[in-house]
Amino acid sequence: MAQFNLNVNGKTQQVDVDPSTPLLWVLRDHLDLVGTKFGCGIAQCGACTIHLNGTAVRSCQLPVSAAEGAQITTIEGLSENGDHPVQQAWMEHDVPQCGYCQAGQIMTAAALLQQNPNPSDEEIENAMNGNICRCGTYLRIKAAVKTASQKL
Amino acid sequence: MITSNKLNRRSFLKVSALAGGGLILSFNWLAGCKPEEIEEFGLPKEWFRLNGYIKIGENGLITIMSPNPEGGQNVKTSMPLIVAEELDADWKNVVVEQAPLDTDNFTRQFIGGSQAIRIGWIPLRTAGATARQLLINAASQEWNVPAAEITTESGYLIHQASNKRAHYGKMASLAATLPLPENVELKDISEFKLIGKSHKNVETKNIITGKPLFGIDYKKPGMLIAMIIHPPAHGMKLKSFDDSAAKNLPGIKGIFEFKSLQDDYSRTFFDTVSFTDLIAIVGNSTWQVLQAKKAISAEWEPIQSYEEKRDQFGNPTTRIVPAGLESEESQRVKMEAAAKSPRTFRKDGNPEQAFQNAAQVIERTYEAPFLSHNCMEPMNFFAHVQGDKVNCAGPLQKPELTEQALSQRLGIPVENIEIEMTRLGGGYGRRSYAHWLVEAAVISQKMNAPIKLIYTREDDMSGGIYRSRYHANYRAALDENNQLIGFHVIAGGLPENPLYPDRFPAGAVDNYWAEGWEVPSNLTTGSFRAPRSNFMAAVEQSFLDEVAEAAGKDPIDFRLELLKKAKTNPVGERNDYDPERYAGVLELVKSKSNWGQTPAGISRGVSAYFCHNSYAAQVVDLKVENGEVQIDKVFNAIDCGLVVNPDAAKNLCEGAVVDGIGTALFGELKFNQGIPDRMNFDQYRMIRSKEAPKEIETHFVESQEDPTGLGEPAYPPVFAALANALYQATGKRFYNQPFIQELNG
Ligand code: FES
Ligand code: FES
Repeated sequence: MAQFNLNVNGKTQQVDVDPSTPLLWVLRDHLDLVGTKFGCGIAQCGACTIHLNGTAVRSCQLPVSAAEGAQITTIEGLSENGDHPVQQAWMEHDVPQCGYCQAGQIMTAAALLQQNPNPSDEEIENAMNGNICRCGTYLRIKAAVKTASQKL
Repeated sequence: MITSNKLNRRSFLKVSALAGGGLILSFNWLAGCKPEEIEEFGLPKEWFRLNGYIKIGENGLITIMSPNPEGGQNVKTSMPLIVAEELDADWKNVVVEQAPLDTDNFTRQFIGGSQAIRIGWIPLRTAGATARQLLINAASQEWNVPAAEITTESGYLIHQASNKRAHYGKMASLAATLPLPENVELKDISEFKLIGKSHKNVETKNIITGKPLFGIDYKKPGMLIAMIIHPPAHGMKLKSFDDSAAKNLPGIKGIFEFKSLQDDYSRTFFDTVSFTDLIAIVGNSTWQVLQAKKAISAEWEPIQSYEEKRDQFGNPTTRIVPAGLESEESQRVKMEAAAKSPRTFRKDGNPEQAFQNAAQVIERTYEAPFLSHNCMEPMNFFAHVQGDKVNCAGPLQKPELTEQALSQRLGIPVENIEIEMTRLGGGYGRRSYAHWLVEAAVISQKMNAPIKLIYTREDDMSGGIYRSRYHANYRAALDENNQLIGFHVIAGGLPENPLYPDRFPAGAVDNYWAEGWEVPSNLTTGSFRAPRSNFMAAVEQSFLDEVAEAAGKDPIDFRLELLKKAKTNPVGERNDYDPERYAGVLELVKSKSNWGQTPAGISRGVSAYFCHNSYAAQVVDLKVENGEVQIDKVFNAIDCGLVVNPDAAKNLCEGAVVDGIGTALFGELKFNQGIPDRMNFDQYRMIRSKEAPKEIETHFVESQEDPTGLGEPAYPPVFAALANALYQATGKRFYNQPFIQELNG
C-alpha cells in the first residue's frame, strides 16, 4: 500500500492503495466515482474511458501510480451541470438504451472534439470505434457527436 | 370509450391502509427525478398515494411508479407515460420512480418476451383512470357539485359552471380517503395526448452524468467485495484448491468453497446454472480480491452424469445431465445423429407425395453457433443477509421468479426477502438466470456482512447460459408452374430445439412438414434476445429467398403470394400469425425502400418475420469491398400495434438491427474439451461503430391495435435480410453463421 495524491475533477484527493491498482478501481471503490464503468478490464470496450490531461485514456489499464500529478477528469466532472455540449447533444438525440457504455462514449467523444472540433464522419467513426455499445446505439452516438461539434 | 375494472385488485390494497395518514415518503426519490423540472415546481411536503402506481404531492407534483425492471427497453418512461395519459397529468410535472419487487402491488415485474407494454396496457391505463376518478370524486365533495360535471386537463380539475379550478395536489389528500370507483372509463385512442408522441427517456440525464444507477454501482456502509471462481470447463467440477498464496494478501477477508444450489433442489425454469460448487473470495476492494483470485490454484475433475430435478411450472420432472467434455467436433457428430431421427411436430397434406411429384426440389442446410449475451455490465449483485432477513439489490430480469430459489437455499421465507431493482446494463435474456443473486446471498450469510458479488468479463463469458447451437435442414418442392407445393423443415439444436412448427409458411403450403430434435448436453443455455426466433427467422427467410429465386419470382411478391393463400385459403388451424398484418409490413417496406429500384452500386436483401406478437420486415442495402461489408442503409417496417413512444421505439429497432447484423457477421463461441474458446472482447468480436449501418430508417404501420412487443421482433429478420443482400453482392449464399468466415474464406 502507498499513498497517492490524485487530482480528480479539479479536487486533490488522497488514497492509500496498492500502486498497481488500476485507476478504474480507485475511482469506483475508493473515491465513490462510479460513473466510470468496468466492462472488460483489458482495454477492449472503452466503458472505463476518462481524461488524463485532456486525453481519452482507458482507466482499467492505468495504474494509479502513473496517474499521480495528472489532471484526471471523469464523467462526473466533465461539466458542472451535465451541460457539456456533448452531454447536451446526447440529451437531444436521446442516445442511451441501457446506458451502461454511455459515460465511456461521452468521454471519448468529448476528448475527440477537444482535439478536433470539426471531425469528418470517418474521423468520428475512427475515434468511437474503441467503445462497444452492446445495445447498438452507434448511429445516435455519431449523430450526437456531429451535433455537438456544430455547437462548439 | 372502454369501461374497465380489470386491474388486479391487489393493486389497490394499500389504498385503505394508507387512507387518512396517506403520507408516503419515497426512499430513493432523487434517483428518479428530473432535476430541472422539480426546481421549477418544488418538492412537495406530503405525498398522497392513490394506488400502487400513483402518489400525488400537495403541490400537484405526481410520482408514477415504474413497475418493471429497466434495461434499455425504455419501460421506465413508457409504462408511466401510459398511466399519466389516463390520469390526465402534465408529463412535465411527473416524476418516475422505480418500484421495488412488490408482488402485492404489481404483477409481472419482469423483462422478457417483449410483453411488458402489451400485458400492462389495460392495467396501467386503469390505474391512471381510477386515480383520476378519485380526484374528480374528491373535487365533487369539496366543491359540492356533481362529479359528472367535473373535467380534467393536464393535472387540473375544472368545474366550468362555477368557474372552479384546482390542481390535483389540492384534492389528493381527500382523494386518498375515498372509496375506489368500481368501473372507470378509459379514453378513446383519439383522445390520447401523451401516447403516440415522442417523450425523452426519463433517465437520460442521470445516465450521461454518471449517476449510480446500476447494480455494479451499488454501495452500502461496511460492504465487502466478492468474486467467485468456477470450473474452467463445462463438464468439470471442483476437486480441491490451495489458497495459501492468496489468503494473507492485503484486504482479503475470506476464501471458501460453497454450494449455490443444493443437489436435491428442484429447479424452476429460470434456475439454470452451470456450476454450483464455487470458490468465493471476499475482501475490501475489487483489485485486492482480483489479485487473490489469481493467486488461488485449484484442481478440477470431470463430473459424472447426474439427474437434475426440475420443477416445470408446478410439475416435477427430472433430466439427465450427461458427463463429458464437449468439443466442436463431438457435438457435430451427436447433432448429425440426432438429425436423422427427428420427431414430427406438424404435418399437413402429403408432403412425401408432393416432393415425389415436384418438378424442382431445393434443399439447404443451415447452422449457427453458441452465442454469449455479453451484457456490458458484468453480472453482479448486492446481498445482505442478517439473521432471517435478506436485503438484496441489483440488475435482474425476473425478480419474482428468483425469490423462490433464494428462499429455499437460505431457508428464509419469501416475505423476509427484499429485492431492490437497479437499472440493468443490458439483459437480452442473460439476467433471467439469476444464480449470482443466490451466490451473493450465500456469501453474505457466510461472511455475516453486506457484500457485492462481481463477475469479471471472463467469469461471465465462460460461465454458461449461452444461446444454443442450432442446425436446420429445409426442403421446398415446386411444381412445373413454380408453385410451392411442399415445404419441409427439420430443425434442432444442442441442447435446445428451436422449431416453431406453426409459423409461416405453415398455413400457406398444402403439404407442410415440421420436425424437430435436440441433443442433451451439460452446457447450460437459455433465452437470448427473441429466443429460437433469432435462428428460425434467419434461416427460414434465407431459404425462402432461394426458393423465390428458383421459382423465378421477386422475393417480396413470392412471400405476398403465399400470405394471400394463408389468408384466403389457410391450411391447418394452428397458424400463429395474421397473414394480413404480415403482408402489411412487407408492403410497407416495399414502398419505403423503393423496392425494385436498387440504388447504383448497392446490393439489397429483404426479410420478414413475426414473433412476440409483432411483425417486422427489413431491407438491407450494402456493398462488399475487399471482403469488408459496408451497410449503407436498413429499412425497418414494423407493426407493433399502437406505438406508445415513437422515438424510443425507433431507438430500440435501430439497436435490434445493429445487434442482429453484428451477431450474424461476427457472433460465435465454440468449445474445446468443455472450455469456451472466447472469454473476453479481444476474442469475441462485437460489432463496432464503423461496422454499423450508416443509416437506419424505421417506419411503423399505423395501427389502433393494442401495443405489442418491440424489444425483440426487429432482431430476428435482419440476419436474413443481410444474408440475402450479401448473396446479391457476392453471388454466394451464406448458410453458416457467423458470415464473416464465409465472406473471408
Ligand atoms: S473496462 Fe477498460 S476498456 Fe473495457
Ligand atoms: S446503451 Fe447499452 S451498451 Fe450502450
